Amino acid sequence: MKLYRVIAFTTRHLYLYKRSLPRLMEIFYWPFLDLVLWGFVTIYLVQFKGQLPNFVAFFLGALILWDILFRSQQGISVSFLEDMWARNVLNIFVTPISPMEYIVALMLVSIVKLAAASVVMVLLAWLFYSFNIFLIGISLIPLIANLVIMGWTVGIVTTALILRFGQEAEVLAWAVAFLFQPVSAVFYPVSVLPHFLQIIAGVIPSSYVFEGMRRVITSGDFPVSDLLWAAGLNGIYLLLALIFFHQNFDIVKKKGLLVKAG
Amino acid sequence: MTSPVVEVKNLTKVFNNLRAVDNISFEIYPGEILGILGPNGAGKTTTLQMLLGLTTPTSGEIKVFGLDLRHNRERILQAVNFSSSYVSLPYSLTVRENLTVFAKLYGIKNHRERILKLLRTFEIDDICDRVVRGLSSGQIARVSLAKALLNEPKVLFLDEPMANLDPNIADKTRRLLKGIKKEKGLSILYTSHNMKEMEEMSDRIIFLDKGRIFAAGRPEDILARFRGESLEEVFLKIARGDNPLEAK
Repeated sequence: MKLYRVIAFTTRHLYLYKRSLPRLMEIFYWPFLDLVLWGFVTIYLVQFKGQLPNFVAFFLGALILWDILFRSQQGISVSFLEDMWARNVLNIFVTPISPMEYIVALMLVSIVKLAAASVVMVLLAWLFYSFNIFLIGISLIPLIANLVIMGWTVGIVTTALILRFGQEAEVLAWAVAFLFQPVSAVFYPVSVLPHFLQIIAGVIPSSYVFEGMRRVITSGDFPVSDLLWAAGLNGIYLLLALIFFHQNFDIVKKKGLLVKAG
Repeated sequence: MTSPVVEVKNLTKVFNNLRAVDNISFEIYPGEILGILGPNGAGKTTTLQMLLGLTTPTSGEIKVFGLDLRHNRERILQAVNFSSSYVSLPYSLTVRENLTVFAKLYGIKNHRERILKLLRTFEIDDICDRVVRGLSSGQIARVSLAKALLNEPKVLFLDEPMANLDPNIADKTRRLLKGIKKEKGLSILYTSHNMKEMEEMSDRIIFLDKGRIFAAGRPEDILARFRGESLEEVFLKIARGDNPLEAK
C-alpha cells in the first residue's frame, strides 16, 4: 500500500468541499436534524412517562403520512434529476412543452410513485404491527391531500434550485423535506417545541396535518380547523412555488444555465 | 426572392462581462444548409441555444417562419428539432420508448408507423427494444437523429451530430440528411469541427470568432477570399489569430 496514493484519493474528495456549500452543509445537516428530532421525541415521551395513549397509532401513522410527503416531493425533484443525469434536459425543452406542463407531468409522476410506496407501507404496517391506518377514517383523504400538495411545493422549489445551481445542489432533493420534519411535529405535538419553533410550526402546513391526525386518533373528531389551516397555507405556498419556478426558469435561460443542466 | 425561414438580427449575448455572441445577423433559407464554424468559445453553441429558446438573448431579434421566437415559442418549436452529440436520451428506456415519449411531446398521430420508418431509415430497427444504456455511442447518435426527424421539422438544428459516428455511418447519415433536404426542403443549421464534413454538407458557411461573424459565404467563396486550400486551413488561420486578409 502506498500512502501517497491513499492521500491523493482522499484529497480528491476533500477538494469537493472547498467550493460546494451544499456538500459542506450536508456534513452538519443530518446530525443536527437527528439531534433536534429525536431530542423532541424524547421530551415528549418523558412528559408522558411512557404512558402515551395510542402510542403505536401515533408513531406508525405519523411515519406513513410523513413518507407520503417525502415521496410526493421526491416524485418531482428526483424525476427531474433523472433527466439531468441522462443529459436529456435540453431534448425536453427544445420540444413545445412549457415549464408548467413539465411541472404538472412531474406532479402526476409523484402521485403514481407515492401510491405505490403507500400501498407497501400500509401493508407492512398491517402485517408486522397490526396497525390499520384506515382507522383514521374519512379524515385520511384530506390529510393525505394536504401532505401531497406540500410535497409538491417543496419538490418544485427544490427542482428550481437544482436548475439554478446545477448538479452540486442535487443533495437538496433528499435533504430539503427533512428540514421541515422537526417543525412539522410529526412524532410529537407542537406544544413540545420551544416557543419560537411553535411560531414557525404555525406557518408549516404539515404541522396542522399531524396535529389533525393525532386529534382523530385520540378523539375521533374530524379536524376541520387543522385541515382548513393546512389547505389555506398549502394554497398560498403552492402558488408562490409555481411563481418562483417560473421566474427562476427565466433567470436560468438568461444565464444560459439550462445548457449546463444537460 | 424566397423569405428566410430563420432570420437573426443583431443578436447579442453577454454573460457577466463576456460577449459570447456579439451583434451577429444572418438568415437561413428554405432547403439550405448553413454551417457554423469557429474555434472553441467562438459562440456557436450559445447561438444555437438562443435559436432554440434555451438561452435568452441580451439583445437582438430571432424570427423563425417570420414569427418572433419570444412570443411564439410553442408554435416555432413544434416545427423545428435538434440533435447534439453532447445531449443524450434516458438510459433506462428502450429506443422505442424514448421515441414514443418524444413523438407524444410533439403530438404526432400514427407515431408507431413514423417511429418504425425512421428506425429503418437509420438502420437501427433491430435495436428498437434495447435500452439506451446498452447501445454504442454511434447507435445513440442515430437514435438522437431519428428523434430529431420525428416531427418532420422544417428547420433542423444539429450540433456536431456526426461526432460519434464511424466514417461509414457518418457518410450514410450525411447522404440521408441531404436527401431529406432535397426532397422536403428541410433547412439545417449545422455545427461541426470536422472541416471536410462542413465543406461537403454546407451550402453556406459562417465563421464565428470571439462571438462575431468573421466571414460568411459559400465554401468555395470563403476559400477564394482567404486564399486557402481547404476550410481547415482557413479555420486554423482564424483560430490562431492569423488573419489572412489583414496580412495581404
